[in-house]
Amino acid sequence: MNRVEEVQVGAGAVGRSVPRRDADEKLRGKAQFAGDILVPRMLHGKVLRSPHPHARITSIDTRAAEKMPGVVCVLTAADLADLDPYWGHAIRDRPIVAIDRVRFAGEPVAAVAAENEATAGAALERIVVDYEELSVVGTIEQALAPGAPIVNEGPLRPGLFHGLGELAPAEGNVCYGYRIDRGEIEAVFAHADFVVEGEYDFPAVYQYAMETHTVVAQVEEREITLWASCQHPFLVRAEIAALFQVPISDVRVVVPYLGGGFGSKSYTKMEPIAVALARKAGRPVRIQNRVAESMVTTRCHGMHCHMRTALNREGRLLGREVECWFDTGAYADNGPRVTATAGDAAPGPYRWAAYRVDAACVYTNTAPAGSYRAFGATHLQWIGELQVDELARRAGLDPLEVRRMNLCTPGEELRAGGKPLDADLIGDVERVAEAVGWGTDKPKGTGRGLAVGLLAAGAHPVSSAIVRMEADGNAVVLVGTTEVGQGARTVLAQIAAEELRLPVERVTVRGTDTRFTPYDRSTGASRSTTLAGLAVKRAAEQVRQQLTEIAGPEDVESDSYPELFVRHFGLAGGELIGRGEVAPEGSGSYAEGPVFWEVCVGAAEVAIDEDTGRVRVVKTATVADVGRAINPQLVERQDEGGTLQGLGNALYEEMVYEDGLLMNETLLDYRVPTFEDLPEEMHCIIVENGDGPGPYGAKGCGEGSLAAVTAAVATAVADAGVPMTELPLTPERVWRRIQDLKEEGLWPR
Amino acid sequence: MRLEVQVNGGPVARDIEPQELLLDFLRDQLGLTGAKRSCDVQACGACTVLVDGRPVSSCCFLAADAEGREVLTVEGLAERTGFERLEDAFTRHAALQCGFCTPGMLLTVDALLKTGELTSAEEVKRSLAGNLCRCTGYRGILEAVCELAGVTT
Repeated sequence: MNRVEEVQVGAGAVGRSVPRRDADEKLRGKAQFAGDILVPRMLHGKVLRSPHPHARITSIDTRAAEKMPGVVCVLTAADLADLDPYWGHAIRDRPIVAIDRVRFAGEPVAAVAAENEATAGAALERIVVDYEELSVVGTIEQALAPGAPIVNEGPLRPGLFHGLGELAPAEGNVCYGYRIDRGEIEAVFAHADFVVEGEYDFPAVYQYAMETHTVVAQVEEREITLWASCQHPFLVRAEIAALFQVPISDVRVVVPYLGGGFGSKSYTKMEPIAVALARKAGRPVRIQNRVAESMVTTRCHGMHCHMRTALNREGRLLGREVECWFDTGAYADNGPRVTATAGDAAPGPYRWAAYRVDAACVYTNTAPAGSYRAFGATHLQWIGELQVDELARRAGLDPLEVRRMNLCTPGEELRAGGKPLDADLIGDVERVAEAVGWGTDKPKGTGRGLAVGLLAAGAHPVSSAIVRMEADGNAVVLVGTTEVGQGARTVLAQIAAEELRLPVERVTVRGTDTRFTPYDRSTGASRSTTLAGLAVKRAAEQVRQQLTEIAGPEDVESDSYPELFVRHFGLAGGELIGRGEVAPEGSGSYAEGPVFWEVCVGAAEVAIDEDTGRVRVVKTATVADVGRAINPQLVERQDEGGTLQGLGNALYEEMVYEDGLLMNETLLDYRVPTFEDLPEEMHCIIVENGDGPGPYGAKGCGEGSLAAVTAAVATAVADAGVPMTELPLTPERVWRRIQDLKEEGLWPR
Repeated sequence: MRLEVQVNGGPVARDIEPQELLLDFLRDQLGLTGAKRSCDVQACGACTVLVDGRPVSSCCFLAADAEGREVLTVEGLAERTGFERLEDAFTRHAALQCGFCTPGMLLTVDALLKTGELTSAEEVKRSLAGNLCRCTGYRGILEAVCELAGVTT
């Protein structure tokens, strides 16, 4: 593993806040997103979506729509008879368009391709669908009730990338379960001095990438091409190839700039229906979701949790027991992985005598749920940390001291068989505590909270990259990481520049085109700098190696690279190519993972208005424990973004469902943080201990702050005297809790 | 119907549908894709353009209502003298990530700088509350705009 101090050579591109390479294009409105791309002969597609959460389709009549001028075709399930039309990377449970039955309000039932979007939209209204409504499983509780209607019958078929070992058969509406177990849990609780126990609810949340899901699909004789707003082009490619029964190499996925992702564009989303529609139309088709459609394309899981935690009089955490149920909606999407990652996050990074976690992924008649930044950690950390704080209060101990006493230290095993802890959590929590003034006097109505957690990061470690140096000495990096706003193209250019000893301006990182770009598993799980970065570093090292071999004993600087090309190739041409690869070490099984533990450490100070229940976040602090910051400014910006999303998750954001219908499907009713929600103080602390598996000791960041801030706001509100068991902490909920506390004589504390 | 309008300093005349939105007119008819569609309900600001110097949400503004008026999009703003100041401040403060909100943000900021309303950091926050950004956490933008307005963060 590289250590920080070893990296002092090269052009000094690494460790500097070089400006974003894409700033100019984006500021001038020239950056192309999927919806800006025009393909010759392109049609516009619109999707007819079910108004019912659960119903049998008794008939579909498309004749009137098909006769409209400008309409090219209408797609229904009848057009998919030559395919096995079910997809899903985890569980292959989802039809391209509904077949005989709809399982959530918003499910695609048909799609229209027309010469323009307005015509396509008008045609939707001419499609006549008769439904016979079925009883609705709208909540986790309803889904688990004895005799509940079954949302998905039939055996579970594993998808291409479920990565979860052998899938057990479904039990009722539970499609996946994850359990971890350590020690004698009952014995530990029997002997505990203090036990805290409660029921908690976490809301379904919309990621709101400002660019909605957008796909242009073109189907030709020997190639299916997609220009898509997707984070994982290589996984989409494979899934489309399997679905439409063509070789993987006959599917081409081009990813321009992404207008945010946060997990909402991970794995396959609108690509199958776009390809099916283009296939029928015989012309390229663009489908661009509206916000209300993206909200029912994927979301973050709502969750119900029962947790209890035990502490002894000396302040030792003893045991924790967790049961949690994730509402994955009508189709699994990434639900099984979310459930497993949440299970791993549930104990928290403490030294337990015993723990037991039972996590279940549950089908309901709501829109499918998948990935959202820091999934699993965000779901569980606020609950676990609330219980740690409550135990500390009962034992009369300082919450910071309880964490110092119980947090795992570097090298300690966290989960049986998994990677030991690779971060200094005690140092991290001390930094954030100091930043919010921990231990100093607080005004009335003010609370301060800490939160510590870990997130299994990196996903599956397979990445590759190619570096091409041209005869002018400039380099191009081909790497499959998508630029979703995180700054990947800048950071990966810095790494190549460092190794090639080039000014960073002379390295270009282009967008992904799977026809030319080598394989990278995905852009998510905070993996790009660590894994794609390592692949880029190795590819650039190969080019540098070739340059030094051509140069012989002389020391070469970038100015003389063109001369080396002439010397080697005999003309001012040729090309030097380097290839870098990262593959799993050991067995490669996920169980040996994660690639690294992403740190989720934060602190907050809040002020509560007793009369209105409004919570104002005054200060936040987060730690970007990144091993080595390739670009410190971009690291800070990542954590600031995660901080505001955490604040939204804690205070505002919630998809409100009633009987399977989404009640707040616009940005007017679904409130995300605005400029005015910026805390007065927002500290983003970078910690560089060189302890990551990536280039120069780096490891990923950008997700942990979301989980940490959500949790720290909850613990701070509890510290102010209002322990809450349901997010978001709306004024109404907080006010009602205060009234209850008053009745119990517990307010003011 | 016929629409005659000034766009980015030049005259434009086109046949439009009466119900056509300014956003669609700019993007589909003129190929000016800097203005972005996101929320469709005037909540996010990604589609912001200037009409006679004032920010409007082009997703909720009829193209017909721009008749005889001056429309400025980010493509036009980028050609104006003084744009380099905005560009420099936003770049140095890393006041953008995915860039989807950026054109609308810049046009709003440009209009506010011209009216001289941005007299404090609080005023900057209040004035920009109609432009959402989901990536940055706003601080980079706040720093850039405060610097441009000559107020302390």
